[in-house]
Order: sequence, then C-alpha cells, then structure tokens
Amino acid sequence: MQSITPPAVSGFDEMFAREGAVRPHYSSYHGWLLGQSNELLHRKRQEAELLFHRVGITFNVYGEESGAERLIPFDVVPRIIPEQEWRHLEQGTAQRVRALNQFLDDIYHGQEIIRAGRIPADQIYGNAHYQPCMQDVDLPNQVYSHVSGVDLIRDGEGTWYVLEDNLRTPSGVSYMIENRRVMMRLFPELFAGQSVAPVEHYPSLLLDTLQHSSAVAYPTVVLLTPGRFNSAYFEHAFLAQQMGIELVEGADLFVKDGFVYMRTTAGPQRVDVIYRRIDDDFLDPLAFNPDSMLGVPGLLSVYRQGKVVLANAIGSGVGDDKSIYPYVPEMIRFYLGEEPILENVPTRLCRRPEDLQYVLEHLPELVVKEVHGAGGYGMLVGPAASREEIDSFRQRLRARPDNYIAQPTLSLSTCPIFVEQGIAPRHIDLRPFVLSDGRATRMVPGGLTRVAMNAGSLVVNSSQGGGTKDTWVVEAPSC
Amino acid sequence: MLSRTASDLYWLSRLVERAENTARMLDVAWNLSMMPFVANPRDEMMAPLMISGTHELYMSRHDDVQVREVLHFFTLDQDNPGSIFNCLRLARENGHAVRGKITAEMWESINSTWLELKEIRRGGLDQYGASAFFDWVKKRSHLFRGATYGTIMRNDAFRFLRIGTFIERADNTARILDVKYQIGTLYGSHHGVPSGGDAMDFYRWHALLHSVGAYESYRELYSEAINADRVAELLVLGAEVPRSLRSCMQMLCELLPAIEGQTGQTAKRLAAVQFARLQYGDLEHVLDTGLHDYLTDFLRRINELADTIREEYLEVV
Repeated sequence: MQSITPPAVSGFDEMFAREGAVRPHYSSYHGWLLGQSNELLHRKRQEAELLFHRVGITFNVYGEESGAERLIPFDVVPRIIPEQEWRHLEQGTAQRVRALNQFLDDIYHGQEIIRAGRIPADQIYGNAHYQPCMQDVDLPNQVYSHVSGVDLIRDGEGTWYVLEDNLRTPSGVSYMIENRRVMMRLFPELFAGQSVAPVEHYPSLLLDTLQHSSAVAYPTVVLLTPGRFNSAYFEHAFLAQQMGIELVEGADLFVKDGFVYMRTTAGPQRVDVIYRRIDDDFLDPLAFNPDSMLGVPGLLSVYRQGKVVLANAIGSGVGDDKSIYPYVPEMIRFYLGEEPILENVPTRLCRRPEDLQYVLEHLPELVVKEVHGAGGYGMLVGPAASREEIDSFRQRLRARPDNYIAQPTLSLSTCPIFVEQGIAPRHIDLRPFVLSDGRATRMVPGGLTRVAMNAGSLVVNSSQGGGTKDTWVVEAPSC
Repeated sequence: MLSRTASDLYWLSRLVERAENTARMLDVAWNLSMMPFVANPRDEMMAPLMISGTHELYMSRHDDVQVREVLHFFTLDQDNPGSIFNCLRLARENGHAVRGKITAEMWESINSTWLELKEIRRGGLDQYGASAFFDWVKKRSHLFRGATYGTIMRNDAFRFLRIGTFIERADNTARILDVKYQIGTLYGSHHGVPSGGDAMDFYRWHALLHSVGAYESYRELYSEAINADRVAELLVLGAEVPRSLRSCMQMLCELLPAIEGQTGQTAKRLAAVQFARLQYGDLEHVLDTGLHDYLTDFLRRINELADTIREEYLEVV
C-alpha cells in the first residue's frame, strides 16, 4: 500500500482534484500505484538510473569540473494528459509556431508588422538576435524555425499558458524518447492496460522535416554539434544516430567553390542541410564571433546564396526573445487572422516606464527575467529571494531596465513524484516540440515534462537540478 | 565516413588493445619477478618500461625501479599517459564521441568498463589484487571485442576499429619480443639469442608465450622444447597465430582495400609490401639480419604505416 502526500490546498494538481478526488484520466494509474510498495518503486527507480547510466544518457553541467557528467533525475510517475486536452495544446502551439515563422519571414523581408504599428521597430533592430545579414535572404519554404520548443505551464486554476518559445536550438527531445523507452521497460503492464500515444517516431518526423527543408532532391543532412563537451552532446549523438545522419563538428566541414563539404575517408562530400545545434554567433568565424573554433569559415556566404539550408535559420532568435514574447498574440492576429488558442503569461516590459515603476514596487511577488537569458540563469524569483538578493536585483533593474521583463509568480501545476517517503507533489512544466517544413506543422503527442525536484521549488531547469518524467497522452476513459 | 569518426573509432579500439597488451606484459613481468632464480626482481620490472619506452618518464618521478611502483605506474597512475587507466579513459571518450556509430552493446561494454575502473582505482591495486586486475583488463578487452564482432555492421566503422586493433597489436608484439631478446642478451647468449636449456630461459620464453596467449599454439605446432628461435618464428612469421606480425599485417592488407573510396593508396601499398615480406620471409633471413635489427626495422615500418593511415584517412584538418 502506497502512502500519498496530498497536494497543497491551493494550486492545481495533475492527479488530484481539489477535494482529493482522483482525476478520471489518472484513475487507472492511481489504482495501480496504490498497490505498489515503496521498495518496488525504489528498485524501479534504481533500475532506471542504471539504464540511463549504461546508455550514457548524461549531461555536462556548465561551471563544473570539465567533463563532469550527471544524470538528470528521472521520476517514475508519469504525467498524464487526456487526449482531448492535448488536441487543444497541439492546436495552440502549432498556431503559435506558424505565426512566429511568418513573423520571422516578415521581419527579414517587408516588415509589414512594423509598418502596421503592431510592434515597435526598435524592439527588432535593438534586439541582440536580429541578424541584419539575413535581410532579404529568401529561404526555401519561408521556414525559419524548423524545430521549435514551446514551454507550457498551468496556473492555480489549471489554465494553460505559454511561458516561452524556443526557436534557436531547443533541447530535451531525447529525454522525451528515452523516458518513454525506460518506462516501457520498467512497467510494461501499464502500457498494456491503456493506450498511451507513441512518441518514438519523432526522429523520423524530424528527418522528414529536414529533408523537405531543402530544394535538393535527395539532400545530404548532417547534425552540427559544438562537440562532446557541450551539455546536450548526448542528445546530438542520439538524434544523429536515430536519423542515420552524420554527427559533425565545425572542423569536419569546409566551404569550397560556393558549397559546404564534409571531410570523409572517401574524400569531400557535399552537404545540403545542416541541423545545427550551435548558436548563431559561433556558426561562422568570418561573419560572427572571430574566436569561434566551433563554426565553419565561409558558411554564411554559402547560406545566403541558398546553397545550404540551416535549421533553424540564422536570426530565428529574434522571435523567441523574452522582449518579443509579449507581442506573439498580436502576431497570431496579424498574420493568421485568428485569436490565440493559448494565452501568454501577463508580462511587463521594464523598458516601459510605467511597467518599470510597477515592477520595482512589487519585486517580492514577481519573477524577473533577463530578456536574452535562458536556462534559469540571471533571473529573480521574488517570493523565494532574500531581501539582499531583491535589493541587488533592484539596482541591476534600474541600471538596465530594457534588459528585463517581469511576470507574476505563477504557482505552476504539481504532479506526484516518487520520493523517499512515498509519493508527494512537485511543480512541473511541459515542452512539446513542433516541426515545420512549409507543408505542415507537426508534433508527436506529448513532450518533455520537467520537474522541480525539491518541495515547493518552481525551478525546473536541468542545469539547476530539475528532473524529468515521462509524459503520456491517453485516450479518455470511455465511461 | 567522416574522417573524425574514423579517427575516433580507430583510437577507441587501439587504446583498448593497448590496455590489454599492457596488462599482458605486466602480468608476465610480475610473475617472472617472483621466480626464485631471479637475482633481482627489478630487472624483470625494467622490461615493461623498456617495451613501452616510458623508462625516462618513470625515472623522472621515481628514484628506483620498484615492483610496486612500476605496477602502479602502468595500471592506475593518472599521470602516466600510457597507463591502463588512461588508455581506458581515453578509449571511453573516443567511444562517447562516436556513440552513434557503434552499437549500444559496444558502448555499454566500454562505458561500464570505465565505471568499474573508477571503482577499482578508488580501492587501489593492492586491494583488488594485481593478478585479478590483469585478468579483469583482459576480460574487458575480450568483451569489447566480442561485442564489436558480434553486433556491428561490416562497414567502414568496423574496418577502422579493426585497423586500430591490428596496428596496435603488431607494434606491441614486436616490442615485447624485442625486449625479451635484449634481456636475454644481458644474461649472455650467443648472437643475441638465449641458449635455451636452463630453467631461466625456459620460464622466460614460456612467460612470453603466455603473455601473448600463444603457449597452446606453440605446443600444437612444435614438438620440441621451448626455445628462442621457435618463439621468434611463431610470433613473427606464424600464419595461424592471431598475434603474430604476419597475422596482423594480413588483416591490415584485407581491411585497407575494403574501405570505400579511392583514398589511401600509399597506406595500402605500405601494408601490402610489409605483408609480402612476412608472407614470403623465413626464419633464416630474420636471424641473419639479427632479430633486434629486424624488429627495429619492422617497428619503423609499422609506424610509417600508422602515420600514413592518419594522413590519408583520419586527419580532420
């Protein structure tokens, strides 16, 4: 018999309704869970860790001794989403990504959204991720963000919000796939009992997307990684292997006579599509950061001639920046003529004097983020911060207000996880992955659920000790 | 195949092979050093330092050749680039870099080897036992080779893995044979070949055969007592002995031309020439040249071949 710590009275829990009743889509799993002993779950978790270690599913942490590898904590309790709810999320995220791709194409061409007065021009030109070199460059299918990760959260009422868009090099999809494999190995009986939508075909969808991003008939696709010391290297190797494409580093590629080639044991081979997991700044030392050892000299000139496809496109970052985020609902209306299906978290831009005033007065209750930040670095979580931390943040805010945005502290929904004493609630979010190739916007049902492993914590980033769990989209019980 | 991938595969298997050979060489030296007729155990422990060319590195950090220190130096010493610890660490790093090109079972084999090795190092060699450790290294190498042989596709990845193995093995067999002969010379024998017959010689050659796993082959092929000339014949020219120089060159001659594409003409030629020298060589010629000179020449040639393979196939820039 399993002991289950109930979720907090306020807030939204994925498994339990407020009165403690089990939500219908969890009823089958909950019944099973009650019958499992602590010892069994403990053993299963150890088994999972062994599997992850064996397969080498580790990640490197920045700032730690070079080469230090850790496992991302894995929880054995799945996060379950009813199929109907998933349809809503799928439509909402796909809508968003369609609008963002049109936005990027517009920004780098006619800039109608600026001329229509929907977004201030300085928000674009002053943006660190806006790449002037991309102006008037025509891309095949007009697709910029081939692979997008959209971070979703739920507030205390259970309402879904988009927390942020990731259009540069969103990572984590390998954990989505490996978590499922491990769960199926550990608990086959659970998958026999109900229909969990599969996610393992993601790599073949991705390969299809990359192949169709090029006008070449049978394009050679490669995955460009910064190398084995990158925190997401495991994922790069995993995806390249699953797609059956070469995993290359900058030094493996070179530019000659207007094309990109890779060095092989049989001589140079032409490359048509590069799924790059390197930031813009490091792609081409001739065009961007001259100190970069990771990139390919001359790549940008080939790219601008349309002789190679980069996924995602150079300059896509202007669409996922936190200062652009507040305008996404407006983009949906402007480009698609639709109302946004998913809501934005209400966001204050500290560059606006009235917003800055409000933020400075309400720091202890707000979450403040750097507009170009990522990975949970450089942010202030008001309710969790000390007086000193808040004061020092206040000074940074005053010094560079346009570098920050602020949002209310949403509680994030909770989902039970297995801890030493049994089952207890922890905060989670969700990152589904969206694939775009101009013909279609596709997703696999599910995504990566990230977990704040410490009680009460709202920080789910793996770089800050967050964990993951498997995400199930299940058909609602027919009763 | 990407040149860098080929290079990582080549070094992955080369380093595993080096770890195995180091364990074999040490095992023999250590066993001999404990023989009652050995006047000074240190003389035997000199052999691994000479074979691997790490004598100077060792002496720069130690005052004297001591059994325990030499064992540590070659097994778990983090500061000796050629220690078993570092070979397996780097092999695993190379494996990590090409994880997508090798099978899950190969990766799990090399990765769990590394994880166990870290544990062993934590406890120290004394706690694990030197003999047990050498056996463990050999077993892990067998396991990796078995996983490779049993699971990977017969494509260029397989070929570069095998090429790394045989380049390293040829080099190691030549070195171990050369040094045993030189040590033999120290004890006074005719034209650099120990006379045979006394207990010391018997155990020395016996041990050498064991170290390369060729004792049973010798027994099967020759009905005469173990003697230096026959051991040399077996390990240089033996067609059926998997660690002989001839076998290594034969494998390289089969592997190199099978690689896709038209590159590597020089490497293929060098390998073919050297294989022909062994295939159509005879013991008289080897002994007339003098075994030490013959092996020195072989080592120069195998290194030239390794350099050429690097230039023609593996170099990234």
